[in-house]
Amino acid sequence: MLGFHIVKRKNMEWWKAWLVRIGSILLGALVCAAVTVFLTGKDPVNVFTTMVDGAFGTERRIWSLLQGIAMLLCVSLAVTPAFKMRFWNIGAEGQALMGGLASAACMMFIGDRFPNWLMLIVMAVTSMLAGAIWAVIPAIFKARWNTNETLFTLMMNYIAIQFVSYFICVYATGGSGKIDVINPVTHTGWLPAIGGKSYLLNIIIVLILTVIMYIYLKYSKQGYEIAVVGESENTAKYIGINVPKVIIRTMIISGLLCGIAGFLLVSGADHTISRDTIAGRGFTAIMVSWLAKFNPVVMILTSFLLVFFEKGSIEVSQLCGLNASFSDIITGIIIFFIIGSEFFINYQIKKNEKEVKAS
Amino acid sequence: MAEVPAIELKNITKTFGETIANKDICLEVRRGEILSILGENGSGKTTLMNMISGIYYPDHGQIFIDGKEVEIKSPKDAYDYKIGMIHQHFKLVDIFTATENIVLGLEDEGRYNLKKSAAKVKEIADLYGFVLDPNKKIYDMSVSEKQTVEIIKVLYRGADILILDEPTAVLTPQETQRLFAVLRRMKEDGKSIIIITHKLNEVMEISDRVSVLRKGEYIGTVSTSETDESALTEMMVGKKIELNIDRSEPHDTADRLIVAGLNCTNRENVKVLDNVSFTAKSGEILGIAGIAGSGQRELLEAIAGLQRLDGGSIIYNNPKTEMQEDLRNKTPIQIRELGVRLSFVPEDRLGMGLVGNMDLTDNMMLRSYRKGKSAFVERGKPKALAEQIVEELEVVTPSVSTPVRKLSGGNVQKVLVGREIASSPTVLMAAYPVRGLDINSSYLIYNLLNQQKEKGVAVIFVGEDLDVLIALCDRIVVLSSGKVTGIVDARKTTKEEVGLLMTKTFEEGGKD
Amino acid sequence: MTMLVQFIQRAVMQGVPLLFGSTGEILTEKSGHLNLGIPGIMYVGAISGVIGSFFYEEKVGAANINPFLAVIIPLLTSMLGSLIMGLIYCFLTVSLRANQNVTGLALTTFGVGFGNFFGGSLIKISGSSMPAITLSATSKCFKTTLPFANSLGVIGKLLFSYSFLAYVAIVVALIAGYILNHTRTGLHLRAVGENPATADAAGINVNRYKYVTTCIGSVIAGLGGLYYVMDYASGIWSNGGFGDRGWLAVAIVIFAIWRPNIAILASILFGGLFIIYNYVSIPGMGIEAQELFKMLPYLVTLIVLIITSMREKRESQPPQSLGLSYFREDR
Repeated sequence: MLGFHIVKRKNMEWWKAWLVRIGSILLGALVCAAVTVFLTGKDPVNVFTTMVDGAFGTERRIWSLLQGIAMLLCVSLAVTPAFKMRFWNIGAEGQALMGGLASAACMMFIGDRFPNWLMLIVMAVTSMLAGAIWAVIPAIFKARWNTNETLFTLMMNYIAIQFVSYFICVYATGGSGKIDVINPVTHTGWLPAIGGKSYLLNIIIVLILTVIMYIYLKYSKQGYEIAVVGESENTAKYIGINVPKVIIRTMIISGLLCGIAGFLLVSGADHTISRDTIAGRGFTAIMVSWLAKFNPVVMILTSFLLVFFEKGSIEVSQLCGLNASFSDIITGIIIFFIIGSEFFINYQIKKNEKEVKAS
Repeated sequence: MAEVPAIELKNITKTFGETIANKDICLEVRRGEILSILGENGSGKTTLMNMISGIYYPDHGQIFIDGKEVEIKSPKDAYDYKIGMIHQHFKLVDIFTATENIVLGLEDEGRYNLKKSAAKVKEIADLYGFVLDPNKKIYDMSVSEKQTVEIIKVLYRGADILILDEPTAVLTPQETQRLFAVLRRMKEDGKSIIIITHKLNEVMEISDRVSVLRKGEYIGTVSTSETDESALTEMMVGKKIELNIDRSEPHDTADRLIVAGLNCTNRENVKVLDNVSFTAKSGEILGIAGIAGSGQRELLEAIAGLQRLDGGSIIYNNPKTEMQEDLRNKTPIQIRELGVRLSFVPEDRLGMGLVGNMDLTDNMMLRSYRKGKSAFVERGKPKALAEQIVEELEVVTPSVSTPVRKLSGGNVQKVLVGREIASSPTVLMAAYPVRGLDINSSYLIYNLLNQQKEKGVAVIFVGEDLDVLIALCDRIVVLSSGKVTGIVDARKTTKEEVGLLMTKTFEEGGKD
Repeated sequence: MTMLVQFIQRAVMQGVPLLFGSTGEILTEKSGHLNLGIPGIMYVGAISGVIGSFFYEEKVGAANINPFLAVIIPLLTSMLGSLIMGLIYCFLTVSLRANQNVTGLALTTFGVGFGNFFGGSLIKISGSSMPAITLSATSKCFKTTLPFANSLGVIGKLLFSYSFLAYVAIVVALIAGYILNHTRTGLHLRAVGENPATADAAGINVNRYKYVTTCIGSVIAGLGGLYYVMDYASGIWSNGGFGDRGWLAVAIVIFAIWRPNIAILASILFGGLFIIYNYVSIPGMGIEAQELFKMLPYLVTLIVLIITSMREKRESQPPQSLGLSYFREDR
């Protein structure tokens, strides 16, 4: 017989909880280091410095790191209100992609009709609309028929991807099967570079969004309603909150933000659209948001963590002639450790008080 | 008399956190008898039985089966000792048939053959006089059919000791009679049956002996033939305790809430409110007594706008405008927009009244956050209110930014009651507001309710402790199975009278 | 006619990996666990098989391989790889009660990365000029078909022209369906997924059932990856080649309303929908319409999901405790 049982912890001081989390990240990093050393034969210190170098080594790398964080953060901000409401929106990938598609379509078809500033606004608005439409469909079904939102949003992703594929097929540049950089000469619909830094505006916008989302969730009445619905639907009904309305409204917000992410990726970085424009951020964002306990400010840290490991391990893999997918393995291991650590924060393993007698 | 008891419990103790659910309980059950475990809500009956059936594991004490000490660590162990429990909340898989539920978990039955099992189910049903279609899905069944499945499930496993937790709580009188007939047949078959209940008339009717628990402690065991209902009531509720609750005479009362002919049917198609009528007056405390599940929750939720009703009216007399409003089937928001100042302290404090993961300030806001046109919440006033409540009601908390789930039960309740009173209501409803609270916290709540009464609020108090109801309230409405069985003057009534009204059932069609 | 026969053949071949994946996921979901790591597990199943056969071919030389060993080695390494994935998922979600969605997605990130990483590394070791590993010899062994298949005309082509793993997929699905609906184990498993507290009270070891079925489900799903690379792709591993088939397998679970028997037909149907763009041409629409056709499997799944949630037929709903972790002392 096992000599222990598991009990729920009543409370753990916040600093202890963070010690557990940091400990788990360190443990995860240690395992990653072991894996890397095993695969490359390099010594761990060297591996680590290579990672830091990959993330911060040059000015370009720092900008690329910041851009990576900003884009991941943007999608994470988008999924957060839904998660806070316990609505498992795993369709951010599709919602952002539809936003990106809307931006690209604007750039291609109405690029020469407006001045660029107006053009950017039009693009942002259509992208947000596209994202919101993609997000509100599952929300309506959830609110009305309690249709499983996890599976619904998952399917919506692939419909969006095929939609984009169709678009690309129709408007592919020449026979290339893809859309080249749009408006390469006129730069219509491109987010302008500030002080020569092409990603700076992206980063600023996402930072502003982070602050807005933080304020929205923490200080607005709607944010408060989201929290109540997420914590307890019974309480929400008790104080007279219209739960279906909150679900739909929150998913629209989630979709709007996804649309912005798509817009920033197309207008502010890629200047084109492809099936991979979002590059799995819709899924990674779920982990970012969840690891940060849905706190937008903490999400800066968690998305930094993930992007750092990604960039760093790409550098390691390049230097050692390994495949770039190495970074996914590292990311996976780190996340496993953080996910696992939550157990030790919420539960306690106790030894059985009574001795088991042999009968 | 040297017969070895089927089960003997010695000094069983079980605690959950700081609350002692059972303390040094000793009990024995004989072969071929029906034993009732009698006690009020929260007296520890179910916890005790859960330890025999392997759901919980006792902190201390011993269990003997046929004179041998045993250890029951899981429901499976319990079955191995031929013990089966029928829980109050049925443990059935909805999309399975009766037979599938019955054979669930059986490993040593030879080849899996549902047809054969169904035949055996039928056989057992016929033996004891149950009516059951073995191939009916659970979700198509009535409550009584589900209970039948649970009982047969236990018999199928060859249980000789059956524990039934409040088996009649969900049954109609006719179904109850049918169940009792079956139980008597099982007893003749040599089985031991334990019934957890608080219905005195049923105890007298069905059982051979009665063991009484009160507040987690064992009071005693008597033979039914040597006792009567009033003696049992006294054992169950204890000697009348003189409570020092200052009860003032109501003055300037006016009809505030006139409830008439409420009818409500729940999802299982059981009538939970049956033609309920009463009037709550301003400046008095109206008690609502009844055994658990007699319709108290539905009644309060109906008034608060959380429960759809089949019929009846809830008329509110607005003291300011002198208008009459019907609150029936209105949402909480609509009720508030009518200018009705209704406060409600629900039974489920952390699941409904408060949000456990939010701090005190945010919980204060639950009622008030909509105020004002701003898109943002205003935390200043709620924070001040939280601080005021912490100070006035002596809430023990590190700060007002501590999540309420981290507070102890009494402090959680102070926060909830404090908030509901703070909106200066004209009607205040409180469901079991002192459940699980220590003496001091309980008195604090009583005093708060009295203060509200003196301010002219119509207070509706749903309670389970009859001493408290009689000492605190002005009038008491007694509910039984969703019906009002009496409205008594708390100053003149006795515990026995209320207790008998609580267990009174309308014998539709009479006894057989 | 030949085109139709060819279409059905291709549809079945497309359907087999999906069938493995969905059978594995159905078993897992029946135990109450929504494993979104299935796509990653299928990648790992594929690459683990590739690794096994790669080193075997390296060791003895592609010309001298023993057909039996050439099949059994990748089969075992593939199963081992997916088993480990299943264990990681179980440890996190069952023992540590972690959030299933987050764990599953992390597992997919990890698994796809694992597949592409080792795929890339092997490509480097093999010194191939193409971005792919070719294991034609092993693939040939996997693709051995019944000798009389082609002599039976259309019927033979439609029914007997596939390699053994395709039949394994169907047999596994049939067995899974049988176990779920006609055995005691299946009854207990369904009870665990529907209502773990009830199962627990009935003396069923809930965690053991969750572990065993999730791991078996992972191994089965992993075989889908192996079939894809060894048979469908003729032994050629290219990074990312497996694509999003894993998610399609998750979709089939819904479409098949959690029944492996329906999953057999659904997989072939989805396989057909997946490639139908090659066979149909709508007048007035060009090659781009293909991309819209590829949307069909997901659209159809959505419609099924919506209809089942509207009809509220109890038997067609997801297992009731799907996605929730179980802790006995939660009260």
